[in-house]
Amino acid sequence: MDRRSLYWTLLLLLALVAFPLVAPLFELDFYVSFVRRILIYALAATSLNLVLGYGGMVALGHAAFIGAGAYAVGMLGMGGVTSGLVAWPLAMLLAGALALVTGAISLRTRGVYFIMITLAFAQMVYYVFISLRQYGGEDGLNLAGYSMLPGLDLADDRSFYYLVLALFVLFSWLFNRLVASRFGTALQGIRENAGRMEALGYPVYRIKLVAFTLSGAAAGLAGALLANHNLFVSPSLMHWTQSANLLIMVLVGGIGLRYGGVAGAAVMLTLEEILRLWTEYWHLPLGLLLLAVVFGAPRGLAGLLGPLFGGRREGAEPPGAPMAAAHPADPAPSSTRNAP
Amino acid sequence: MTYTLIVEQLLNGLQFGLMLFLIAAGLTLVFGIMDIMNLAHGSLYMAGAYVAAETMQRTGSFAAAVLVAALATGAVGALLELVLIRRLAVRDHLAQVLGTFAVILIANDLVKMIWGPAPVMLNLPAALSGPVRLLPDLMYPAYRLLIIALGLAVAAGLYLFVTRTRAGVLVRAGASNRQMATLMGVRVPLLFLGVFSLGAALAALAGALLGPVTAVQVGMGEEILILVLVCIVIGGIGSIRGAFAGALLVGMVDTAGRAFLPALLRGFFPPDVASSVGPTLAAISIYVLMAGILVFRPSGLFPARG
Repeated sequence: MDRRSLYWTLLLLLALVAFPLVAPLFELDFYVSFVRRILIYALAATSLNLVLGYGGMVALGHAAFIGAGAYAVGMLGMGGVTSGLVAWPLAMLLAGALALVTGAISLRTRGVYFIMITLAFAQMVYYVFISLRQYGGEDGLNLAGYSMLPGLDLADDRSFYYLVLALFVLFSWLFNRLVASRFGTALQGIRENAGRMEALGYPVYRIKLVAFTLSGAAAGLAGALLANHNLFVSPSLMHWTQSANLLIMVLVGGIGLRYGGVAGAAVMLTLEEILRLWTEYWHLPLGLLLLAVVFGAPRGLAGLLGPLFGGRREGAEPPGAPMAAAHPADPAPSSTRNAP
Repeated sequence: MTYTLIVEQLLNGLQFGLMLFLIAAGLTLVFGIMDIMNLAHGSLYMAGAYVAAETMQRTGSFAAAVLVAALATGAVGALLELVLIRRLAVRDHLAQVLGTFAVILIANDLVKMIWGPAPVMLNLPAALSGPVRLLPDLMYPAYRLLIIALGLAVAAGLYLFVTRTRAGVLVRAGASNRQMATLMGVRVPLLFLGVFSLGAALAALAGALLGPVTAVQVGMGEEILILVLVCIVIGGIGSIRGAFAGALLVGMVDTAGRAFLPALLRGFFPPDVASSVGPTLAAISIYVLMAGILVFRPSGLFPARG
């Protein structure tokens, strides 16, 4: 990571650390929990960005993994297992296992068919949870309390915020390490040209499946956090429009860019919040803004602001990123890639 | 389980499948010819239902309601194609997902602004509200029979249009190889406009016809869209024949699953297991069907492109 992008990252991190301390001074306490929600969704969107942006797999079923993680916490809580140290890893394990099984089947298909089969599996999971009447069925399940963690009380807004922030930083770090690793480079190679990678001897199918599974597990953790955040889980977490929302966060933020998921989650949730204050019909301006992004910023907002952050963004070579594929002639982004 | 129940459920499945086909036909053509992932197709279905409800209330004529719904939504579809879809056609699938999802958000709020958030009533025409005696001991709602007849008629018309007319030849040419069709002198922009508008009108027709049976409400488009996508993926994207087969398969499997699976399971499992597993299996049956078909035929049953 070069110096300028390091500065920006540290500055952002500092702002996030300071926020709960400063917020009460301006009577913004409510927004501590709001920023926490953004961080949770940023984690989920980043996990999707791994398969979507770096692996080139358009998965429209990620909400199922979030939901599986959330329900794992809810159902274990009902069974008396309230320790977060047990429940959260189990949530990741469940979501990861689900991703492994569905991914193993889905990755046999290509293109639109892959979009559709991931959607189909998510719908199956959605309906399974709707029919689990002992766990609330369609109405969902109220959690009796927060997950128990040694030395931390999640009922305290600030402690929970810092825990989410710590997990978010940890996962962002792991994510950055992963995409820069040999595995991550191979994954991006597969996105560019799967046939050639196959010919070079890379186990294409296995690499994609591992990425898909890791992504599912990370989404499961986001789900576990979300269950605690809301103290409520319901099948609506897994509705297909939620998967679409997540996809849109990544697209708006910048697909295949390191902080694309983060930027997208922050922008979309903030917009939603602002528009909601302003009008009952907040979907309409949101839709118009999305159209503006589609036509005005084809590489997402992080792509638009990329020059500002400078630095190398290995996922963002113009002919590579799927969003940019339609504009192979666009030379602008590449000129900033080697900026000091 | 008597044979009348089976016949009744078969008819229900046929009716549902035919309505799915009306929506799927447009979507699969737009997919196949224009290569556009159009998530907003469900919104056109919703628009049809709302326009029909409004016309019905003003004129009292159900025939007028259905006709106006199809024509008005066809016009809206043409406008949408000119303003937006045309620009999305040159982009990749992801941009199309984003752009057409934006249309869903906008359409839902527009409908809420005009008709309010509560569901709207679309009443059955009085003449069709009663049942008809089909077999000595089988009564079936007249309105559902009408839907089946209309659905079959439109399917036949569409088949004749695609296989027997000059415009149909162009549609097939566009679906099997768009670039080749362009090079052979087909006016592709006009073809796109026509196909999209026709698809919108068909979706609206389904919305108007299903309106009295289901609820006319915001969000109805998103629910049906997924089912329709399943139909065209099962059939093979771009193929009208595939859409027809897929729609009937989904309609039948879904209806039969809901009607018979719980009873069937009761024969093998204890009642409490059967009553909880049955509805789940029924709800996911079509997705299992689709996943199963895609595993063995990754491009659907009737791939349009070789």
